Amino acid sequence: MRRLIPTVGLRAIPVGAAVAFLATYPLYHSNVETLKFTLVGIYLIAILGLNILTGYSGQISLGHGAFIGIGAYTTAILVDKTSLSDVATIPLAGLVAGAIGFLFGFPALRLHGVYLALATFGAAVAFIQLVQSVHYQSFTGGATGLFYGLPKNPYYLTWGIAAALYAAAWLLVHSKLGRALTAVRDAPIAAVSSGVNLALAKTLAFGIASAYAGVAGSLLAIRLGSVNPYSFPVALSILLLTGAALGGLGTLNGVVFGALFIQFAPDFAIDHVSKTAPEVAYGLILLAVLFLMPGGAGELLHRLGGLLKKAAKPLYSRTADRAEAVVTSTRSDT
Amino acid sequence: MLAFTWTQFWQQVVSGLSDGSIYATLALALVLIHRATGVVNFAQGNMGMFSTFIAWWLIYQETGPGLTFWLGFALVTLMSFVGGAVIYGVVIRPLQRGGELAIVIGTIALLILFQGLAGWIWNPEPKAFKSPFPNSQLHIGDVVISWLWVGTILVSLGCVAVVFLFFRLTRTGLMMRAAALRANTSRLMGIRVTLMLALGWGLAAALSAVAGMMAAPSLGTLDPFFMLSVLVYAFAAAVLGGIDSPIGAVVGAYILGVGISLLSTYVNYITVDSQLNLPVALAILLVILLFRPSGLFGRAVVRRV
Repeated sequence: MRRLIPTVGLRAIPVGAAVAFLATYPLYHSNVETLKFTLVGIYLIAILGLNILTGYSGQISLGHGAFIGIGAYTTAILVDKTSLSDVATIPLAGLVAGAIGFLFGFPALRLHGVYLALATFGAAVAFIQLVQSVHYQSFTGGATGLFYGLPKNPYYLTWGIAAALYAAAWLLVHSKLGRALTAVRDAPIAAVSSGVNLALAKTLAFGIASAYAGVAGSLLAIRLGSVNPYSFPVALSILLLTGAALGGLGTLNGVVFGALFIQFAPDFAIDHVSKTAPEVAYGLILLAVLFLMPGGAGELLHRLGGLLKKAAKPLYSRTADRAEAVVTSTRSDT
Repeated sequence: MLAFTWTQFWQQVVSGLSDGSIYATLALALVLIHRATGVVNFAQGNMGMFSTFIAWWLIYQETGPGLTFWLGFALVTLMSFVGGAVIYGVVIRPLQRGGELAIVIGTIALLILFQGLAGWIWNPEPKAFKSPFPNSQLHIGDVVISWLWVGTILVSLGCVAVVFLFFRLTRTGLMMRAAALRANTSRLMGIRVTLMLALGWGLAAALSAVAGMMAAPSLGTLDPFFMLSVLVYAFAAAVLGGIDSPIGAVVGAYILGVGISLLSTYVNYITVDSQLNLPVALAILLVILLFRPSGLFGRAVVRRV
């Protein structure tokens, strides 16, 4: 714990600024503008989960959009059919999506590598067919979807949950399970030899990621007041993965940039690239991230932090400089 | 529910074989890439979709050159071959240093890039894609079979056979197999491994172009999303046959094609518009992964650690 305190201390400034910005944002912005930041919060939650899965445990989900859909439909059906309030359905949506994700992870474990991506891709494509099928129409509303309320703007609710889930993700990746996940990603055989339950760790990561997606979907359903099968296309899953990669896989620092990207990139691409096919921009950006900054925004921030530390060095570590000088001189002697 | 008749049964079998041929072509492309590069190429379907759009432009669009179908078909297959090799050199090869995850994310980027490009260049509205085969039907006893099905089966099987013979009978094919199996040893033997892998990507791209150009006439229309579901079937077929076994992928594709065709006719999960075919394919994929992950023809990989 003592080791953690200096880290928190250094980060207090940007985190405090972000909290102050978000807390006061609705006070001096129109409802339309605030709504955009509600969505940023929702995407932030979804990418957090995806980052735990892809960044920390090294598995890819191409079906995150479908799991957001499962969360959204859970909330929609519960609000529509029962007397539960919409807020009360949020944890349930997270649980349902998480449980389905956990079960879904099992078959994908049987093969090495990125077979989870394969299965989740199937899920993303099949999801739309499944919810619009006439067989479950009484539940899901079929192709027309469900209407259960007016659109809302749950700004503070979203950011409250996002902050809590961010803290939870931070604690998770610094916990025993987090270390196990990283070990599974980097050296699966060594991890198993050291007593990590590979199957459990991988499936748990997928369950947690799906639960995050479920919560995000639930908030999305509350915000929209209606759901339909076409809100969760394959492109959404890919957009989320692009956001996660842009924010930086394997670090939580840059996640918010990924979320901002998901919210604002489509508008930008439609205005400046192509009205009919904004996907071109996502593909190019994803490739650019892979080639130019594989660590994403998180790595850039990390480097920036390093530069700042160097610049601020005289302020706090003259002793360290002297010590370093001693070490170098000794080295040149021998 | 209709009464069971053998006529209908055989019709469904041939229809399933026709679908299976399309899946087989794409599944073979997936297996080729998986053997050569060790990754699943998520862009495989959309590379075929993009090729099919080029074919549509060459053959059917009013402002295009208006080629005959088979000339356009040959030209697009050739272009796709070159395109696939270029994609390997420009995108995949540089990413190989970043490991498997980077390559897979790269193929996902290509998937969405091609989808966007097709919509950008030709706009995403569905286009009519006519069948190159005669509209008349073939009568064998009571069974009525459309030429479209027969043609699709023959063309796809022909391309698959050419690829198999190429790998079996030519020196280049042998070198490509060697490069995919033991890259370092092959390099020491003087095989240009990078070139061989690029050829493999080219072949796979050509196969997926054939799959696209055969799938579009069966559907009748062409849009930037039509290969996504074909890709899921091809994945399921490749996993069913064993993701590293080319013959397995082809057999798996036919089993899947006929199986789904019969299921959608005789099991009443949906009768009119067969909306649940994709979830069924997904379920098959998951069940195989659970109970026989190496597939019907694959061998379980045992590694010494």
